[in-house]
Amino acid sequence: MAEAATTERNGDTPSKELFVGARLILKALQEQGVEVIFGYPGGAVLPIYDEIFKQNSIRHVLVRHEQGAVHAAEGYARSTGKVGCVLVTSGPGATNAVTGLTDALMDSIPIVCLTGQVPTHLIGNDAFQEADTVGITRPCTKHNYLVRDVNKLSETIHEAFYVARSGRPGPVVVDLPKDVCMAMGHYTTAPRGVQRKQHKTYNPKTKPDSAAIAHAVAMMAAAKKPVFYTGGGIINSGPKASALLRELVKLTGFPITSTLMGLGAYPASGDHWLGMLGMHGTYEANLAMHGCDLMINIGARFDDRVTGNLKFFAPDSKKIHIDIDASSINKNVIVDLGIVGDCAIALEDMLAVWKAKKYQADQKALKAWWRQIEEWKSRDSLKYVQKGKLIKPQYAIQRLFELTKKRETYITTEVGQHQMWAAQFYRFDQPNHWLTSGGLGTMGYGLPAAVGVQMAHRDALVVDIAGEASIMMNIQELSTAVQYHLPVKVFIINNQYMGMVRQWQELLHGGRYSESYSEALPDFVKLAEAFGCVGMRVSDPAKMDDTIKEMISIDRPVVCDVSVDPKENCFPMIPSGKAHNEMILGQDEKSGKAITGEGLALV
Amino acid sequence: MAKKPAKTKTPSKRAKIVEEQSSNLYEGMIPLARLRDKETYRHVVSVLVDNEAGVLARVIGLFAGRGYNIESLTVSEVDRDRGLSRINVATSGTHQTIDQIKAQLGRLVPVHIVRDLTDDGPSVARELALVKVAGVGEKRVEALRIGDIFRANVVDSSTQSFVFEVVGNTDKVDAFIDLMKPLGLVEVSRTGVAAIARGARGIEK
Repeated sequence: MAEAATTERNGDTPSKELFVGARLILKALQEQGVEVIFGYPGGAVLPIYDEIFKQNSIRHVLVRHEQGAVHAAEGYARSTGKVGCVLVTSGPGATNAVTGLTDALMDSIPIVCLTGQVPTHLIGNDAFQEADTVGITRPCTKHNYLVRDVNKLSETIHEAFYVARSGRPGPVVVDLPKDVCMAMGHYTTAPRGVQRKQHKTYNPKTKPDSAAIAHAVAMMAAAKKPVFYTGGGIINSGPKASALLRELVKLTGFPITSTLMGLGAYPASGDHWLGMLGMHGTYEANLAMHGCDLMINIGARFDDRVTGNLKFFAPDSKKIHIDIDASSINKNVIVDLGIVGDCAIALEDMLAVWKAKKYQADQKALKAWWRQIEEWKSRDSLKYVQKGKLIKPQYAIQRLFELTKKRETYITTEVGQHQMWAAQFYRFDQPNHWLTSGGLGTMGYGLPAAVGVQMAHRDALVVDIAGEASIMMNIQELSTAVQYHLPVKVFIINNQYMGMVRQWQELLHGGRYSESYSEALPDFVKLAEAFGCVGMRVSDPAKMDDTIKEMISIDRPVVCDVSVDPKENCFPMIPSGKAHNEMILGQDEKSGKAITGEGLALV
Repeated sequence: MAKKPAKTKTPSKRAKIVEEQSSNLYEGMIPLARLRDKETYRHVVSVLVDNEAGVLARVIGLFAGRGYNIESLTVSEVDRDRGLSRINVATSGTHQTIDQIKAQLGRLVPVHIVRDLTDDGPSVARELALVKVAGVGEKRVEALRIGDIFRANVVDSSTQSFVFEVVGNTDKVDAFIDLMKPLGLVEVSRTGVAAIARGARGIEK
């Protein structure tokens, strides 16, 4: 950083001094405030690794697979609100990162991924470890760059960070040919403060139209059966958005539900909370959506997991949709009022208008609406019975919640039944504490994400609620956790099946469990020990609490193998192709509502 | 930014509050009837982009990846000093789809502006086609005669063939090609649609 002080410019003006390309990259990352970079070295990025070696301000975390690097950066980004940073080599390094990049794109997570590339004169020659990285990552990134000129290096990286975090956040790839990293060039500081010019093309709208906000608030004041439907956009908008949302919910008294990605924005312990909605959402949340007369969607995107059959989606409702991404509005569901803007600013404006106009919710109607909701709630759609010798998966997660709720706890998950049970039974009161792969549904997300979270929050408890099948997809990251003394806890809900696949085969395919049973599972305790972690196993419900307490008391990475009832299914469930009011509530009634016709073809 | 909110009402008349809000108070408010219209329409959309490597791939990839139609696509640099290219896409779909296409194009980082020339007032659209027709005798004469009617130029000729250069909107070019079919049409090369709004206003205004 010594050089930086002497070459400080107000953006855009290149330094007089020359630096080697790799040094320019590190300078740019430092200026962008990068503290941690998740990566894996290789031939094309050796000059960059050489510069990493020569400095101390940026910590490099060596993952064991490039997919893990991106998920770890996602975990870091999601839990801190900063941009996650990844460095991988050319060819296989870049292609291995593709799943993580797609995951970040689907869930709107800000990532800057630096990929090595063969020297510019070899591009297109099928050189060793060459891949068309910008071509391959074009559809799975928000934007990508191939830097051909060393003098554009620093400004391209600054722009990549700007694009990644602005508007609807997302992953950005910067492809770095080796000769560019080794050439000498000038450094350009990031534009900032008053010097910060508008980007020449990309300037997403954050301030919603005030007339539209006024209209929305008027609709809210007139509603008789309103519901807030909020999503990951609130989390992405920052903690302020969550605080404002809580205030607006309190002020209006409206019920609120959230998508998988939005959990924690409104506290699960809050008075107006209906639980998560969607395919495995609660009865009251889905019926409130189905029966509402006004739906206020803030930062969610009408995903098919949420809407069920679009033909019967909230048929008698007016819909307001606030989203920072104009292309999300009227994409799946036609809304009555679409508002483009940042959630926090929109919420602030809505609060201001509600207060200024002294609006009051229609108390009589709202009371009747809440009575109806309480009646739905009384069905207790998440109930399960813990008896006998087998641990119910729900019980394991519920106990984990009870025993960890008083401390700073971050939960990551893999994908499948355990993920849905975690969403249902782990009750989040804070944003940024719940990390899961929602849009892409990436098995293998949870462990590397936990590594990323723990890097940012060294003193917090970080638990990856996993399935025994998912965890095998990125199990190698245990090694990373051990190397960096990251005491992540892997809490495996082990039912020996790819549980969600088995559940669908049971419901859709006549119980023909094609390839969904894991015939040869490893001994997770020994596996943990082989990696240098602590391994634990529990199969007796009576020992559940003690096991969890022991797990969290250990200041090392732990793999806790929880043997659970292999036959348990995840309910409630809206079968594919069905509407919100056609939920299967439990095991007993599933046979009557088998999925037929078009639903079979849906995912 | 659009106009300021116009109405202030007492909360007691809550039912009236919403109704009295005009549905066209601000930009971006799309009438529901338009969105629910299931008819498909042909639109020409012009996109001003930074002329950087891969920008055309981004646009084409967007259409392919999201299953939108491309009926015609032209691209060329239009401002060398600023490094701007203009892409004209003729596409078809419901209003909802067309709006989606515009929104999706609008969020690509190198895109300066997206203009729907079909929706935003009158515009002119032209394409050029080179049409090769081979034949002798009466057919050859007839081809030449029709070429005259369409004000097509003959840009190549042999004793047994012509290459016509015909310019016009898509319908005109289609009609010309149809007429050439029975007269010995050999092949066609078309540029695709270039389009521009009528009047003094530029695309960036």
